Amino acid sequence: MGDGTSLGRVRGLGSAKQGTDHWWHQRVTAGSNLALMLWFVTSLALLPGYDFATLGMWLASPWAAVPMVLLVLSVFSHFRLGLQVVIEDYQHDSTRVVLLVLLDYFTLAAIVLAIFSILRVAFTATTGAPA
Amino acid sequence: MANPRNRARPLSPHVFHYKWGPHMLVSIVHRATGSGMATVGTILLVWWLAALGGGEASYAAFRAWFATDKGLNPLGWIVGVGLTLAFFQHLASGVRHLFLDEGALFELKRNKWTAQLTMVFSVLVTAAFWFVIWSKTHG
Repeated sequence: MGDGTSLGRVRGLGSAKQGTDHWWHQRVTAGSNLALMLWFVTSLALLPGYDFATLGMWLASPWAAVPMVLLVLSVFSHFRLGLQVVIEDYQHDSTRVVLLVLLDYFTLAAIVLAIFSILRVAFTATTGAPA
Repeated sequence: MANPRNRARPLSPHVFHYKWGPHMLVSIVHRATGSGMATVGTILLVWWLAALGGGEASYAAFRAWFATDKGLNPLGWIVGVGLTLAFFQHLASGVRHLFLDEGALFELKRNKWTAQLTMVFSVLVTAAFWFVIWSKTHG
């Protein structure tokens, strides 16, 4: 292939210099997911009960609320990357664009609602241990 | 955007022409469990957190969908066991993927038995998790 014009080179080679970002971020969040989700599942299994008071007191503690916010950020960005690949593999034409936009809206709405709810428990709990 | 196929070029064999093996099962199950957790799991997690944030009445309304006074109802068991099994399978399969990224585990036998190992792991750990939960409410 000759040097061609700038546009021709872009069309031919196509690199936007971010080719590995998606792949790498999927792995980085996989690592943090592993730690945070194991913490979450273990914490749930160790709880004395699953009534409102027990769960509220657990989530009101900074030792649960902070990892829970981190978990939401890590897991939700991981699934956004994963679902993006699934959509790109199976959907074509304009459906793909629509679904990718909806995926971004869904992810952001879920992140904001989840974090708001965690903080609401953490900042309004009256049953929590004194600071 | 859809590329019309150049009929002068050969097609690679479709997936159903290959002999089915555990590595193929684990691969597609990784995608299925990930997609399932990303949709159903996300909605349930956010619903659970929002219900907890909403107070005692809103949490009771959430809980009534999945449990009675005596413990989980059938929907609760299906969703609970389904999501935890999906999670542990995706976890084990994901860790295996990290080894594959390093170029390891491509030898035929190791590739096969580590694929089987992810399934054994997810079933055993899911059973252990629910035994802990169950014995707490019935023990």
